[in-house]
Amino acid sequence: MRTHPVYTDNDPQTEYSTLNLGPTHPATHGVFQNVLTLDGERIVSGVSTIGYIHRAFEKIAEHRPFYQITPLTDRLNYCSAPINNMGWHMTVEKLLGIKIPKRVDYMRVIVMELSRITDHIICNGVLGVDTGAFTGFLYMMKFREDVYEIYEEICGSRLTTNIGRIGGFERNFNHIAFAKIRKFLKEFPAALKEFEALFNRNRIFIDRTKDVAAVTAEDALSYSWSGPLLRAAGVDYDVRAMEPYSSYEEFDFEVPVGSNGDVYNRFLVRNEEMWQSLRLIEQALNKLEKEPSDIFHADVPEFYLPPKEEVYNNMEALIYHFKIVMGEIDTPHTEVYHSVEGANGELGFYLVNDGGRSPYRLHFRRPSFINYQMYAPMSRGMLISDAIINMSSLNVIAGELDA
Amino acid sequence: MSKITNEELLNGIKAKFDNDVTNISEPFGLLTLETSREKIIDLLTFLKTDAALQFIFLTDITAIHYPERQKPIGIIYHLHSLVNNIRIRIKVFLADGDVKMPTATGLWNGANWMERETYDFFGVDFEGHPDLRRILNVDDMTVFPMRKEYPLEDPNRVDKRDYFFGR
Repeated sequence: MRTHPVYTDNDPQTEYSTLNLGPTHPATHGVFQNVLTLDGERIVSGVSTIGYIHRAFEKIAEHRPFYQITPLTDRLNYCSAPINNMGWHMTVEKLLGIKIPKRVDYMRVIVMELSRITDHIICNGVLGVDTGAFTGFLYMMKFREDVYEIYEEICGSRLTTNIGRIGGFERNFNHIAFAKIRKFLKEFPAALKEFEALFNRNRIFIDRTKDVAAVTAEDALSYSWSGPLLRAAGVDYDVRAMEPYSSYEEFDFEVPVGSNGDVYNRFLVRNEEMWQSLRLIEQALNKLEKEPSDIFHADVPEFYLPPKEEVYNNMEALIYHFKIVMGEIDTPHTEVYHSVEGANGELGFYLVNDGGRSPYRLHFRRPSFINYQMYAPMSRGMLISDAIINMSSLNVIAGELDA
Repeated sequence: MSKITNEELLNGIKAKFDNDVTNISEPFGLLTLETSREKIIDLLTFLKTDAALQFIFLTDITAIHYPERQKPIGIIYHLHSLVNNIRIRIKVFLADGDVKMPTATGLWNGANWMERETYDFFGVDFEGHPDLRRILNVDDMTVFPMRKEYPLEDPNRVDKRDYFFGR
C-alpha cells in the first residue's frame, strides 16, 4: 500500500490531536466513525468503528420464509436495492433449481443495470461535491429521479424496492415503464457526457483526486476488494463476466479497468461502467422484443405467489398461496453460494438450508464491509481533505456495511 | 467457464493433504471439503501460493452453529481463484469449549474484519489475530448472538414451529 510519509521529527514536544470524524459528520455521508490521531492536518493513525446501524439481518433471516427476506436485502445497499433483491432471488432459484425464462432474465438485466447507474450517479456526484463542485451532483440527481420513476412503474416503490419475486416479477412491465426506460436511454447519455466534460479534464478535480489514495493491485486483492475499486486498481474481476448469471453471457459489454487505483481512476471506472450499463439496457430491450411479451415469471406455482383475484376464485391458487405464506413447501437440504456484481463489488449470498420454512443460516458477503476495512490503514499519512474524498470514492453504504 | 475442473483441483489438494481433507462434496458445482484446525493454515497457504491453483482471492469467512453436533461450531472459508475462475469452500468444525482457530490474517489482510465479525457473532477465538474485538455489536455484549441458543423471538411462541407443517 502506498502511504504518504508520516512527518515525525521525534520531537518530544510534538503533540498529536485526536479528532472524531463521525459518526454523524456531514462529510462522511453515512454513519461511520473514525477516531483519527492527527499531526496538524496529517493523519497519523485511525481507528474505524462500525456497527451503528447494525440490524442483525442474518439472525432475522433465520426466522423468515425466503420471500420475506427480500425486504431485508433492500436495506443493505439502499442506493441500488434492486441488485440486492435480484441477487437474493437468484440464490433461492439456484437452491430450488428453478429455470427462469429468458424474458425474465432480460428484464432483470434492465433493472439491475438501471440501479447500477443510480448507484454510480450518487457516488461520482458526491465525489464532485466533496471536491467542491456541487453542480454535477444536482444535475445528475434528476436522472436518478427518472430511474426511481421507472421503479415506481415496475414495482410501486422507489428506494427500498422489494422488486421482483422468487421466479420472476410480480407483474409485467407496462407500456409506461418501457416508455420511461426509452426516454431515460435517450436523455441520459447527453447528461453523462456533460458530467464527464465537467470533471474528466478539470484541473482542480484532477489535482484533488489524482494519485490520492492510490492502491496497488496486490493490496486490493489482499484486502479482498471487489467491484469498481478493484477494477480501478487494474484487476479485471467482474462477476458478470467471470460467472455470468441472468444471461449476462449473451450480452456484449466491456469491463473497464484502471491503472493505479487512485480516486481519479475509480471515478473514471464508474463513469465508464455507466456507459456499459446503458449498452446493456439497450441490448436487453432489443432482446425483449423477440420474446413472448406476456411472460414475466417462471412457472413455479409452489414458490411464486399467485395473483390475488385467483386466490379468491381458484382452489389451487388458494392452496399455493397458503403454502407459500406459511412456508409449508419442502426445500432441498443443501448449501449454496451465489454472487452478483453489486454496484460496490461482489455481493454474495451464502445460504445453508435444512428444509425448514426459513434458512438455517444466511450470510451476506457485503462488499462495503470488506472494502471499507482498508480505509483506516490507507489513511495513514494522508491529509484529512484527501481522506474525505477517499471515503466518498469508496462508496461505503452504511446499510451494507453494518447489515 | 473455469479453466480447471473440481476433479483436478481435488487431485491437486489430495496429493499434499490426502488424509486431512474429508467430507468432500460438490453442492451446485462448488467443491466443498472439511479439514482440521491443525491443517487449515497449511491448506490455505498451499491453495494461495500453488502456481497452478492460485486462490489469491479470499471471498469470505463466516461460521455456522449446529448445537446438536459433537463439534458444533463450523468456520467456513470461501476462496476464489481469479486466474482459473474456480471457487472452493473449506470448513473446519470445532468442539464447544475449544473454539480456537489460527488466524488467516497472515495470508490475506482482508481476513481481519471477516474474522472479527465471526468472533463477534460466534465467539470463535482467532489466535494470532492482531486486533480481535467485536465489530458490529457493542463492546460490552456478553453473548455471541448468532449461536442457535439465542432465539430471536419469544421461545415460548409455538405458531411457527416446523412440526405443525409435517416436518
